[in-house]
Amino acid sequence: MEKEKQPLLKINNLKTTFSTYKGELSAVDGVSLELNEGEILGIVGESGCGKSVTAESILQLLDENTTTYDGEIIFNGKNLLKSSNRELEEIRGNEISMIFQDPMSSLNPVITIGKQIAESVRIHQKLSKKESMKKAVELLRLTGIPSPEQRVKEYPHEISGGMRQRVMIAMALSCQPKLLIADEPTTALDVTIQEQILKLMLQFQKELNMGIVLITHDFGVVANYCTKVAVMYLGQVIEETDVKSLFSRPLHPYTVGLINSVPQLDGDRSKELATIKGVVPSLTQIPKGCRFAPRCPLATEKCLEEMPNLESAKENHQVRCWHYEKVLEGELQYVN
Amino acid sequence: MTKEVKVEYSTQVKSKKEKSEKWIRLTSNRLLVTGSIILLFVLLIGIFAPILAPYDVLEMNPQNRFVPPSVDHLFGTDNFGRDIFSRVMHGVRLSLVIGFFVTLFSTIIGLIVGLLAAYNKILDHILMRICDGLFAFPSILLAIAITAALGPKTINVVIALVLVFIPSVARIVRSQALVVKEKTFIESLRAQGANPFRILFLHIAPNVMSPLIVQVTYIFAVTILTEASLSFLGAGVPAPEPSLGNLLYDGKLSIYVAWWMTVFPGIFIVLIILGLNLFGDGLRDFLDPKAKQLKKRGIIWKRKNNRY
Repeated sequence: MEKEKQPLLKINNLKTTFSTYKGELSAVDGVSLELNEGEILGIVGESGCGKSVTAESILQLLDENTTTYDGEIIFNGKNLLKSSNRELEEIRGNEISMIFQDPMSSLNPVITIGKQIAESVRIHQKLSKKESMKKAVELLRLTGIPSPEQRVKEYPHEISGGMRQRVMIAMALSCQPKLLIADEPTTALDVTIQEQILKLMLQFQKELNMGIVLITHDFGVVANYCTKVAVMYLGQVIEETDVKSLFSRPLHPYTVGLINSVPQLDGDRSKELATIKGVVPSLTQIPKGCRFAPRCPLATEKCLEEMPNLESAKENHQVRCWHYEKVLEGELQYVN
Repeated sequence: MTKEVKVEYSTQVKSKKEKSEKWIRLTSNRLLVTGSIILLFVLLIGIFAPILAPYDVLEMNPQNRFVPPSVDHLFGTDNFGRDIFSRVMHGVRLSLVIGFFVTLFSTIIGLIVGLLAAYNKILDHILMRICDGLFAFPSILLAIAITAALGPKTINVVIALVLVFIPSVARIVRSQALVVKEKTFIESLRAQGANPFRILFLHIAPNVMSPLIVQVTYIFAVTILTEASLSFLGAGVPAPEPSLGNLLYDGKLSIYVAWWMTVFPGIFIVLIILGLNLFGDGLRDFLDPKAKQLKKRGIIWKRKNNRY
């Protein structure tokens, strides 16, 4: 038998559970994902769908005392969930890096940015202080910050949000990781800066042939930058496919609703914007059947009783819905 | 290209302005300035005590007992005919030295204890219960108990006071560190592969500094007071050595004969404590971002009134 090419990251049936005083809450419930080198996987969904928890579970950054992980996270043939703390520290920042949503609070306010970048280098490489500082200046220059020699002496509060995110990128890429996890990297930035930051990430992604897990709720970003998409709802992946098939024909009513609710520039202005009724239920009250059923326009008795499995609807297109054929037949209006 | 130049230029202007603003805030903070001047005065006395003192502190001169303040003896002499001016200068020096070492060690140990407590829940319970235990005793009683157990030596006074003050530092550090620990940048550091000790000592520690520094000035003041009380009660620095507390103790016996024996050491104790407290209050106002806004507005208003 021919040896199959291993994916860079393979998540098998990941379950992340928090123990709280209300009981065990499973924020991520049976997520399976796959990512190859050089691919960008977008994870989309409303707030509270478990996107960030999935990302943080990969590096196991959640509070050790209250979180339990189950399943498999295989990175480069190694199960991260079975690795020791020491091994994880080796991997974090070196082979897998992460960029956070809020650049305002993800830098230490009392240390200059130069020192912080230099430190991210020194954690994994044996370099002198001078050498690492030089590298910090170099990294900053690569991210397109003007006059990096001056910038390294500044404190985080002295630079703008966009620049702070560039600093975060410089730190994340300091050791040339194989996988970058970007947790809503542009949500806190304005649109013009968003574009610059995403382009910058894309440029590095091509140079280093990195895999990126991009968490976002912006479908525009997904359409422009991602190769694969997973749509999440209440801790489950409900639809997973490549970008083209998703936008040409989304199969899950939730995905259809999400895409429909993106305002169109050339759309009919007299019409009200489409929305999905209701809100994401709390983790303490997870519906018994299909988790989206209470909000779904196509829901039937069966949906409320039985949970559908993630099944292949087409080639490379998986969906978790009893009625995806109805969607395919056009029973739901799809604006795009 | 032109755009880049513009950006640089505007930030340079901003940083210059900020610097001068900081300077104005520093110098217009009356508490801080007064406190610093008093402290500097006392500190210089402490440093140059051997040069300033005209007589040997232990030199007895039975002919010159109870000489009132005069040109020869600025602060007079005591019941053994020793020069009080020299003894007060050296007393200030000794009190400052004890205060300095007590503050230094209790801060370092308290910082480590507080950070460890914030990091680990089990350690937290153990360390904080020990601190609670130490807190339960009045500080002076605890210090007397420890010096009584260790014996009357200056070094033992330092050890006793360090033990007394560790809990108050540890508490402040712990509560502040618990807040900082939950910030995103700590998670971001973990994502970069930083180990817990790097995070604790290189990233959380600098973030707890500003409340700690203020607390440290108070500890300095309380240390000097406690040491004086200990010596006054006879449980502190052993007898012939001049500490401010010892001088008071000596003066107490002959307070109706020689008022100068108690008044001059007393003045210096008050000066040191006043200086440290003013300095601490001023520093607190200076470091507190909320007080900053009020102060700034006040200054602008005052300056306008003064000038125009």
